[in-house]
Amino acid sequence: MSETHRPEARGEPIDSTITPAGESTKKVEEASLLADAWRSLRKNPWFIISAVLLVLFLGMAIFPQLFTNTDPRECLLGRSRQSPSAEHWFGTDVQGCDYYSRVIHGARNSIAVGFIVAIGTFIIAVVLGLVAGYFGSWVDAVISRITDMVFAVPYILGALVFLNVLESRGVREVAFVLIIFMWPTMTRLMRGSVISVVNSEFVLAARALGAGPITIMRRHILPNSLGPVIGYATVFTGIIIGAEATLTFLGVGLQLPAISWGLQLSDAQPFLQTVPHLLLFPVIFVGLTVFAFMTMGDAIRDALDPKSKK
Amino acid sequence: MTESQTSTGFTPGTSPGDAPLLEVKDLQVEFRTKAGVARAINGLNFTLHAGETLAILGESGSGKSVTAQTIMGILDMPPGRIAGGEIRYRGDDLLTMNEESRRKLRGGKIAMIFQDALSSLNPVLPVGWQIAEMFRVHRGMKRKEARAKAVEMMQRVGIPGAEERAGDFPHQFSGGMRQRIMIAMAIALDPDVLIADEPTTALDVTVQAQVMRLLKDLQTEFNMGLILITHDLGVVADVADKIAVMYSGRVMEAADVYETYAKPGHPYTQGLLASIPRIDDEGGRLRAISGLPPSLTDMPPGCPFNPRCEFATDRCRTERPELRLVAEGHLSACHYAEDVYAGTATRTRRPSPTGAGMIDVSEEAPE
Amino acid sequence: MSLSVPAAAADPFADKPSVLEVDGLVKHFPITQGIVFQRKVGAVKAVDGVSFNLREGETLGIVGESGCGKSTLAKLLMRLEEPDAGTVKFRGKDFLSVKGDELRRLRRKIQIIFQDPYTSLNPRMSVGDIIAEPFKLHPEEKPKQGIRNRVKELLDLVGLNPEHINRYPHQFSGGQRQRIGIARGLALNPDVIICDEPVSALDVSVQAQVMNLLDDLQKEFGLSYIFIAHDLSVVRHISDRVGVMYLGKLAELGTQDEIYTGPAHPYTQALLSAVPLPDPTLRGAREQIVLQGDPPNPANPPSGCRFRTRCWKATEICATQEPELISRGQITQLTACHHAQQNEKVIPSHG
Repeated sequence: MSETHRPEARGEPIDSTITPAGESTKKVEEASLLADAWRSLRKNPWFIISAVLLVLFLGMAIFPQLFTNTDPRECLLGRSRQSPSAEHWFGTDVQGCDYYSRVIHGARNSIAVGFIVAIGTFIIAVVLGLVAGYFGSWVDAVISRITDMVFAVPYILGALVFLNVLESRGVREVAFVLIIFMWPTMTRLMRGSVISVVNSEFVLAARALGAGPITIMRRHILPNSLGPVIGYATVFTGIIIGAEATLTFLGVGLQLPAISWGLQLSDAQPFLQTVPHLLLFPVIFVGLTVFAFMTMGDAIRDALDPKSKK
Repeated sequence: MTESQTSTGFTPGTSPGDAPLLEVKDLQVEFRTKAGVARAINGLNFTLHAGETLAILGESGSGKSVTAQTIMGILDMPPGRIAGGEIRYRGDDLLTMNEESRRKLRGGKIAMIFQDALSSLNPVLPVGWQIAEMFRVHRGMKRKEARAKAVEMMQRVGIPGAEERAGDFPHQFSGGMRQRIMIAMAIALDPDVLIADEPTTALDVTVQAQVMRLLKDLQTEFNMGLILITHDLGVVADVADKIAVMYSGRVMEAADVYETYAKPGHPYTQGLLASIPRIDDEGGRLRAISGLPPSLTDMPPGCPFNPRCEFATDRCRTERPELRLVAEGHLSACHYAEDVYAGTATRTRRPSPTGAGMIDVSEEAPE
Repeated sequence: MSLSVPAAAADPFADKPSVLEVDGLVKHFPITQGIVFQRKVGAVKAVDGVSFNLREGETLGIVGESGCGKSTLAKLLMRLEEPDAGTVKFRGKDFLSVKGDELRRLRRKIQIIFQDPYTSLNPRMSVGDIIAEPFKLHPEEKPKQGIRNRVKELLDLVGLNPEHINRYPHQFSGGQRQRIGIARGLALNPDVIICDEPVSALDVSVQAQVMNLLDDLQKEFGLSYIFIAHDLSVVRHISDRVGVMYLGKLAELGTQDEIYTGPAHPYTQALLSAVPLPDPTLRGAREQIVLQGDPPNPANPPSGCRFRTRCWKATEICATQEPELISRGQITQLTACHHAQQNEKVIPSHG
């Protein structure tokens, strides 16, 4: 067989004369599935709403000075527990600090914990899920059993025990403990996703061509199994932000003088009946952030799922 | 297509005096998809008499399965929508009938069997119980009586050891046996019309032969009208009385089975018959139909088959041919049906060597 | 068992060298219980001693019903599964024992085309990347004219528009995807292509196109095919020789003509007689052998001849002595039946 062989008198190629099923000639889009996903995301109103919210909260976390010039640590006990006013939009807290500024500055720690934990668990989940799903047999059995064991420990319980023994607890410590106890769910998801791809004929085809495990995992399995995990990781970021607030509220999370929504909730608790806005504002911010991440995650998962395309 | 042709034209192979069991007139079904409105069925007409077998032959996307679902009333709506037409069972229009009477007909007088028996049976209930349920729900039989009837049905469809196996679950049966159980459920209430949607496609050839033979025997015994939906030209030749060949949601040709195979009146039918490898012929190169079926959301103007047709002219590319009589009891939707029928049609193009496209004959040096 | 086929007059490949020699291939899949500590409780005998050879430029068809082991056979020949016993020789070289780089080099010569055009192409890769993958995995085969140009040539070769190199699989129909799979299989200039049900997922009118394409490519490049399918008509059309499989073993092996005009094994006869002919005038003119029951469980096949439980010719010897796949008396093809007898009337001669 000659390399340069060209059969003569071949006719019109099949797809130049007739349009393939399910595709219209008018808009032949030579685009990847990612571009497809982007196109369907742009049309999803929930994606737009959550994207706007996330941009806002991320802005708060990275550049709080864009939102407020007031120093959150400038507290005057004399103006303790004031109601919202033109000067102090969200009022002031027990210490007499400007509450609006504190809530804005609280975004950074909460979202930082969310991102660190999400990225950490994502890496663990992808590596373990890929290895377990691809190699199967005893490797899978060992990884799955360990996953199940950790999964069986409620994260609140684990975090309570661990964080209680730590002297100082910053973002790093809280994130670390949350990663330790929260990776199993995503790992299971990744493993399932890999298993659904690993027996595809295109993986067999790559093996038949002589591709090694690394090439197959990187080029064929990863791109086809990441979709649900990316979606879940986004939802998970929201869950973590809630979890951080919960732990801090329970007194085992971040510690003063750090500023975080969880701490604000914890501090506001005794004044629930007298100064309800101290509870209200952080709750709204935590709620909206969690909502934005979850909605975004849902939208991403749908857009990346080839089965959802009709 | 006019109505007079419907009633007089498409009743080959039956005594004209009989009132038809099922009559489909100008049926149109659409689907709303992201890419636009897909016309899955585009003016479908046929009649079915008692004891008669009508084969609806077509490839995927031709609308043959949608036809079955529409008649059964199990079409997903939305995205599906019946845009027009009538389906008359003994004269009553099923599409305008109230849901209550429709439900009584469904499963009772009009029954259906599916391609995939495993997913059509409830996996957590014993098969005997599932057949017996038909008698309890529709006939109001007592538990014991219904069970006895169920075992009787299982014996009738040739399940060995029916009495003992009635308590078994679907996954404990082989593919062929499961298809028999589906058939038992379908014929349990003595239906007038049985629709079989690719009943043997998932089965091995030896089992397929058994199941087709069973279906034919039951049809004779119960004098049912059978609508056999399939893509298999061999199965059709074996059991059908008349054929409707569907393409892109339209009937391209409708005639008695002997007529269709001996003298096809449409280039698509002709092409199909020429393109299949035959077991009684080692053959040389297959005469493949070039190209692909059109997308339902983006139909070519004129005849839907024109991009793949060897005889297509400018007229075919602009004017949609209607289904009309070319010979006694033989309908075809082709502008040149008479020439194709007589074998004198002029070739304008021929398939390219890869079978992928068409080459105009006029552009070619004479061979 | 001898690998040489008795020279029949109608075998045009009789003097061609073998590219693939398969001898006594066995694959048993263990049935296990337990999750962490698995115990073996039995074995599905998917392929249980299959021997044949494939000669240059020849198409060997393998037919059989579902569960007969034909798809496992394809995977064994590709070394996608490791066999429990037996040898596969590619041009005299033991394909099963090679490792590492040598295995990778040999793999270029044996390629596969899969059944399902929807799952056999990576949906996240463009057509250009899919067809270029063989060159990336085998840099020594990098085409002189550049990978992209070669991919375009291959697209043209299989009847697709080279301009569509950047499209993704979901933008093509089933038949077109199968052509993409064929282009990928051809990229490394293989000697042998194993076709595992390559047309059974396609529509009738597209099926013929793909079969013609396979035919043309074989003539053009002198390829040898192993064509695995359940459709007996398709196999007859494309094959020079045909092997009939039943429960992990070959029941009959001979030239296309021998198998289809004078089948000698009762199972082959039953299979052929069950295929409906696309001709209503032959209705009832043909004697149909209707087999009783279903194929037995491959984990627990019957003793002696595996077909005896459904066979109308079975006698005592069939239960005790396993019939070998050999040429018997006047019958030129190889049959694994103690009572082999040719039957010329299974398929009426056509035309």
